[in-house]
Amino acid sequence: MAKLDLMLYEEEYKLLQEIIGRLEKDASAKVVFLVDKNGQQIAAAGDVKSIDATSLASLTAGNVAATDGLAKLIGEKEFSLLFHEGEKDNLHISIVGKRGILVVIFDQNSSLALVRLRVKKASKELQEIFDQVEQRAQKESDSGSRFESPFSEITDEDIDRLFGD
Amino acid sequence: MTFINYASREINCKIVYYGPGLCGKTTNIQWIFEQANPDKRGKLVSLATETDRTLFFDFLPLDMGTVKGFKVRFHLYTVPGQVFYDASRKLILRGCDGIIFVADSQKARMEANIESIANLATNLKENGFDIRSIPYVLQLNKRDMPSAAQVAEMERLLRFRNEPMIEAVANKGTGVIETLKAAARQVLMELQRA
Repeated sequence: MAKLDLMLYEEEYKLLQEIIGRLEKDASAKVVFLVDKNGQQIAAAGDVKSIDATSLASLTAGNVAATDGLAKLIGEKEFSLLFHEGEKDNLHISIVGKRGILVVIFDQNSSLALVRLRVKKASKELQEIFDQVEQRAQKESDSGSRFESPFSEITDEDIDRLFGD
Repeated sequence: MTFINYASREINCKIVYYGPGLCGKTTNIQWIFEQANPDKRGKLVSLATETDRTLFFDFLPLDMGTVKGFKVRFHLYTVPGQVFYDASRKLILRGCDGIIFVADSQKARMEANIESIANLATNLKENGFDIRSIPYVLQLNKRDMPSAAQVAEMERLLRFRNEPMIEAVANKGTGVIETLKAAARQVLMELQRA
């Protein structure tokens, strides 16, 4: 594969979940999502059920990708922060490291300044976890002693079954 | 780039429908959306113009069931086919796991098909992928059109790596699932090798 897959183990996932759970409380946000730049949801905290998280993840990634393209057009590396202001709810989108996007949805119970402040701290912590994940993946791939994929014995029948044949 | 979450035992794969303007990429995923069990499909998101031309992308998440105890989820994307949306197409290929190339069978569109494959190769390369090795399926769509080219002729012009080639009439559903299945098979087999 061209690039290393993103593989999250239980303990890493728990750490990420813990950080965004804390962010949700500290920033008085409604919902916080951590999304991969390719549009996959990694973790979420808050009133998650009120939102179609899968669509949100994909549209956020599309939005960030398009904004990235705009940044490059004008000679910027990236725009690390996007803010969308609504009548009631607002969307704060920021980039975490190379592959993460942090989405904070908040209303009048919070403020942009508070969200920015808390996001900054959480981003740093998230970045550390992402770095660890990447280092581990790199090490496993270099040494060839990579954790054996659960898909190493996938068969044609397994795939047929997915399609109900 | 497949996302494997060991905590929630989920695996997410991204499959992109590529091809020239009006070849039927959106029709393919609309048909899948209409046929899929409502419990298994997510919302179909379409970022389209007022005249229903894809502006940025269409997106459909599909829960496929489980393999080896892992929930398998496909994220299907289409790109905008019109030539001037190239910047958007490039972005959508980011992190993709497999490509379905939808070719328009009408003779008059053959050049557009060829151009689109060349464009796909360039855009994949810019995203760090190789068109010769990424999971890839060729769909010959609109087989019911009176002006459709011969299959052998299309094969000669468009097939370049012995990839699965499937004849389809996407608006009637013919060949749509077979195409997705052929792509899914390659993507999942790729995981085996990874």
